Amino acid sequence: QHEVDKLYKVESRPALSTSDQFCFLVRPRIKTMRYIADIVNADKMSGRSRKYKIIFSPQKVSLTVLCCHLPHVTCDEWSFYLLPLDEDIISMELPEFFRDYFLEGDHRWINSVARALQLLNSLYGPFGKAYGIGRCAKMSYELWRDLEEESEGDSQGRKPEIGNVFLMDRDPDYVTALCSQMVYEGLVDDTFRIKCGSVDFGPDVTSSDKSIKVLLNAQDKVFSQIRNEHFSSVFGFLSQKSRNLQAQYDRRRGMDIKQMKNFVSQELKGLKQEHRLLSLHIGACESIMKKKTKQDFQEMIKAEHSLLEGFDIRESTSFIEEHIDRQVSPIESLRLMCLLSITENGLIPKDYRSLKTQYLQSYGPEHLLTFHNLKRIGLLTEQSAGETLTAVESKVSKLVTDRAAGKITDAFNSLARRSNFRAISKKLGLIPRVDGEYDLKMPRDMAYVFSGAYVPLSCKIIEQVLERRGWLGLEEVVRLLNGNEFSISDSAVEDNPAWESQRVILAVFLGGCTFSEIAALRFLGKERG
Amino acid sequence: LCIQEDGTVLIYNLFCEFKRHFSMGNEVLQNHVLEAKVFHTEYGTGVAILTGAYRFSLTTNIDDLKLRRMPEVPGLQKPPSCWAVLSQDRVTIVLLAVGQDLYLLDNTSCSVVTPPGMSPSTGAYLQMAVSFNYRCLALFTDTGYIWMGLATLKEKLCEFNSSIRSPPKQMVWCMRPRSRQRAVVVAWDRQLMVAGNSTECIHGEHRFVLDEDSYLVPELDGVRILSRTSHEFLHEIPEASQEIFKIASMAPGALLLEAQKEYEKESQKADEYLREIKDQKLLPEAVSQCIEAAGYEHEPDTQKSLLRAASFGKCFIDKFPPESFVRMCQDLRVLNAIRDYQIGIPLTFTQYPPWDRHMTDTSSSPSRLVLRRLYPLAIRICEYLRLSEIQGVSRILAHWACYKVQQKDKSDEEVAHAINQKLGDTPGISYSEIAARAYDCGRTELAIKLLEYEPRSGEQVPLLLKMKRSKLALSKAIESGDTDLVYTVVLHLKNELNRGTFFMTLQNQPVALSLYRQFCKHQERETLKDLYNQDDNHQELGNFHVHSSYSEKRIEGRVGALQNALDEYYKAKNEFAAKATEDQIKLLRLQRHLQEDFDKPYLDLSLHDTVSNLILDGHHKRAEQLYREFKIPDKKYWWLKISALANRGDWEEMEKFSKSKKSPIGYLPFVEISVKHHNRYEAKKYAPRVTPEQRV
Repeated sequence: QHEVDKLYKVESRPALSTSDQFCFLVRPRIKTMRYIADIVNADKMSGRSRKYKIIFSPQKVSLTVLCCHLPHVTCDEWSFYLLPLDEDIISMELPEFFRDYFLEGDHRWINSVARALQLLNSLYGPFGKAYGIGRCAKMSYELWRDLEEESEGDSQGRKPEIGNVFLMDRDPDYVTALCSQMVYEGLVDDTFRIKCGSVDFGPDVTSSDKSIKVLLNAQDKVFSQIRNEHFSSVFGFLSQKSRNLQAQYDRRRGMDIKQMKNFVSQELKGLKQEHRLLSLHIGACESIMKKKTKQDFQEMIKAEHSLLEGFDIRESTSFIEEHIDRQVSPIESLRLMCLLSITENGLIPKDYRSLKTQYLQSYGPEHLLTFHNLKRIGLLTEQSAGETLTAVESKVSKLVTDRAAGKITDAFNSLARRSNFRAISKKLGLIPRVDGEYDLKMPRDMAYVFSGAYVPLSCKIIEQVLERRGWLGLEEVVRLLNGNEFSISDSAVEDNPAWESQRVILAVFLGGCTFSEIAALRFLGKERG
Repeated sequence: LCIQEDGTVLIYNLFCEFKRHFSMGNEVLQNHVLEAKVFHTEYGTGVAILTGAYRFSLTTNIDDLKLRRMPEVPGLQKPPSCWAVLSQDRVTIVLLAVGQDLYLLDNTSCSVVTPPGMSPSTGAYLQMAVSFNYRCLALFTDTGYIWMGLATLKEKLCEFNSSIRSPPKQMVWCMRPRSRQRAVVVAWDRQLMVAGNSTECIHGEHRFVLDEDSYLVPELDGVRILSRTSHEFLHEIPEASQEIFKIASMAPGALLLEAQKEYEKESQKADEYLREIKDQKLLPEAVSQCIEAAGYEHEPDTQKSLLRAASFGKCFIDKFPPESFVRMCQDLRVLNAIRDYQIGIPLTFTQYPPWDRHMTDTSSSPSRLVLRRLYPLAIRICEYLRLSEIQGVSRILAHWACYKVQQKDKSDEEVAHAINQKLGDTPGISYSEIAARAYDCGRTELAIKLLEYEPRSGEQVPLLLKMKRSKLALSKAIESGDTDLVYTVVLHLKNELNRGTFFMTLQNQPVALSLYRQFCKHQERETLKDLYNQDDNHQELGNFHVHSSYSEKRIEGRVGALQNALDEYYKAKNEFAAKATEDQIKLLRLQRHLQEDFDKPYLDLSLHDTVSNLILDGHHKRAEQLYREFKIPDKKYWWLKISALANRGDWEEMEKFSKSKKSPIGYLPFVEISVKHHNRYEAKKYAPRVTPEQRV
């Protein structure tokens, strides 16, 4: 319609084209702006005159525009906030959210979250009840309310389709994100990285020399049956499935011509499709198994579990040490260190030093800055003997007065927060006490996503708050999570429990969530109807 | 507008309060103004000036001043006898007459023109008139001849010979929009003449006697005749009124009016009249005629009787659409209200077109009232017409508030309070606009007070910046949660304040500070350093230097940057980071030596990989040296060494190493690593040394 000549991917290569207009559709990132600046400047050098238009999605961020001062370029916005990935997952696809907000204290994405909420609100009617925990959640919610008031939209009186919305910051619950994932979808993500609902299976999975891009959602009949299962039961399921498939194929024998014709025209295509998917997932499983058995996966899980339970800390620490010394994987080592720090409320000074030193020796001195950043967001800290509780509290009160200066205040300069994991875990019963073996095939609670060792904190909070219809009775937990909880019901929306919408709950994770959490919430949804 | 001799144009408002002035240019200043004309086109109000040098200068819009000097008329020695400004095809041109010649001046040229159908003996031009819509032109000559035609000078409409030869004082057009009848009104001292092309009403010409000195004002639908004691309106009688009020008219409207009058007298004649109309099936038309005619009447009594007739007629029609009647009643109510002598806006119905009613541009009556500061009546009219709050009342209140802030005799508190009291949270009110007005009047404090009422913080910021209240602007921007807005203010502050004050301001606003840091990180790294320096943040300074060390190409540069980092880490009392950096410097230097000695890349490897590579290449001594120098923990060294040896396939050395002293990691790893390299033979060697519990 607009005579678009050719589409290019924004990457490091320059786009060679003879057309006299360029239109860039980009995320507001400095890197992409530099890329555009390079193209514009190169054209200027070679004396080409072109028109340039940059469309930012979801919104223009002046930082990025300012950093790459470009003349003769016009900008626009494409308010694209939500990408539906599956029947029950909507993503904002903002991987920079976590770093920008939690590390750099940049609040720009809060606006995007608020606008996304506004969009959902306009599509599905007012939310009956809103719960949330965390500063970002609170700010997003407040900003969204302001936007609603300003726009004076007529969503009033509409029948709500989403009964409850739960906003949650990532930082009250880092533990869940740090645990090794055990459900199939989580493992696929850990091993191959799921991007925008699709995954690239490499040659070792496809058992050919090409890699294949596969969409992973409820449409994939094989995947939808195993995605939420604990990995240990996936293999059995797949082999059962392949036997069934074989049986269906085998029906061919002993068919007459007519039946055969029927079979080919009706069933064969579906079977072939299923067959293809099945072989892919079996391939993926094998690949995961190979990785996970090679690196003493069992031992790592054991270490993780004892960290969660708080037993044999010494042993786990030396496991981590060995892990580092053997250069197993820089990211896994860090993950274990962070898990240790957060479950133990910081590392004891001796370990803190020696683990860090060995890490630097193993993986390179540049990680000094990594450690600094991890400390800043409280993921890897030192147990402070000298810092008494009052010192912490005076810091907190200083923060509070800062906050009084404006609605939004500094988030990054915060003290290394205490995680209080042990106390929260005890209060909410996150470590299930089971007699005998935990049945992973027929799970009784959300802990199955971590082999029955741990109920994801984030999901537990959502469960508890929805059950109690508020934070009542959770005061102690809230205090341990640093507060900022809220629960507000929209007075305009009648509280009618009979409504279908009461059963629809929107959980918003600010700063990302894991597939284990999604699986746990799906489990919760199934349990509670 | 008031045009002075030197070409200065002064602009006053309706209350004779001086607004501003502008000059018509140097030429006018030097040669003085001989004659000036103010004209209105769709582009606004224009001013045309004839200077003492017989040249024309004009501007078509005094709000967007662009002066144009028209070309010279060749051989012009005396002032033109008459001239007029024409607007054709969006171009403003001047038509002037000198004796018997007509000249047309456009932007670039001067041309002689002759109106069609003009006989050469008609004499010299004395007067000319352009119609309100610039479509028609009339010329008056010294023989008493009047030529009427199109302003394009392409067609003659009609001509006249008046017996009066003396130059008229004024000549204007009198016509109604969408009417084909056109007339010219010519005024002498005590005489008024109407000449037109109508076949019916104006046979040739009509003369009236003027009792007093009068002045003619041409308008959209007629001519106002103003004298010291009277204000008359001369216009073509609209068709509907003619039909009804013509003597012995049998038009349906006239009959309906009569029927209604008889009905009031309780006479049976009412039925007769009504029947007559109904027989012709003209009742709807009769009603429409009465409604329309009511609009043209100025006397409320006549309006009422016509509307009553219409309402009476309506009763006998099924489904007569009520809108026209209701609208006319509303319009007349508004018109009568503003025609009241205390208000004094005698608009005609045509000048108050219904399509304007729902727009509040300056031409419709509530806005006229606003300009006259008749706020209460304007609000009542808006309410009566049920205009939406945002379109009507809010705007009027905003105007009122803007006027209110100019009242210098009241204190800031009083004014702000009064405004808030009246405006409250009325939708569509922009407090920032009112505040901007207050600031324009030099009342900064009042402006700030008013801004407090503005609910959208985003709107407060630009004005605060303009008023140089940057710090307040900054906190408002932060309050709005809009990072872009914060950036705008921060960068504004950066240019406005000196560096020290700027940094100090940021220190008190952590959000702004962190945003500015982000900006510096990408754009001005040196500033970032200054920022950290300012608050003695040695830790961040250290990080900064480490970060920049990676962009240094030469080893010396890197070591230098790291040395700086080291100093800062010491100052920050971060011994760990200091030690790590020290080690890194040591490692870098060592790696350079290794690179030189062995001619292999060692730079940027981690310590682990460096040692590992040394072992792989068989430089066991050097590896040993590093192990001691960097105090690599024993366990780590053992892990490292056996895997490197296994990779090298140096099983001999491995066996030697295993016996060098007791393994801190046990002997299981030896077995495992051998198995991994498919060397069962070697694995068996170590198996006996594995502790019994691990042996299983």
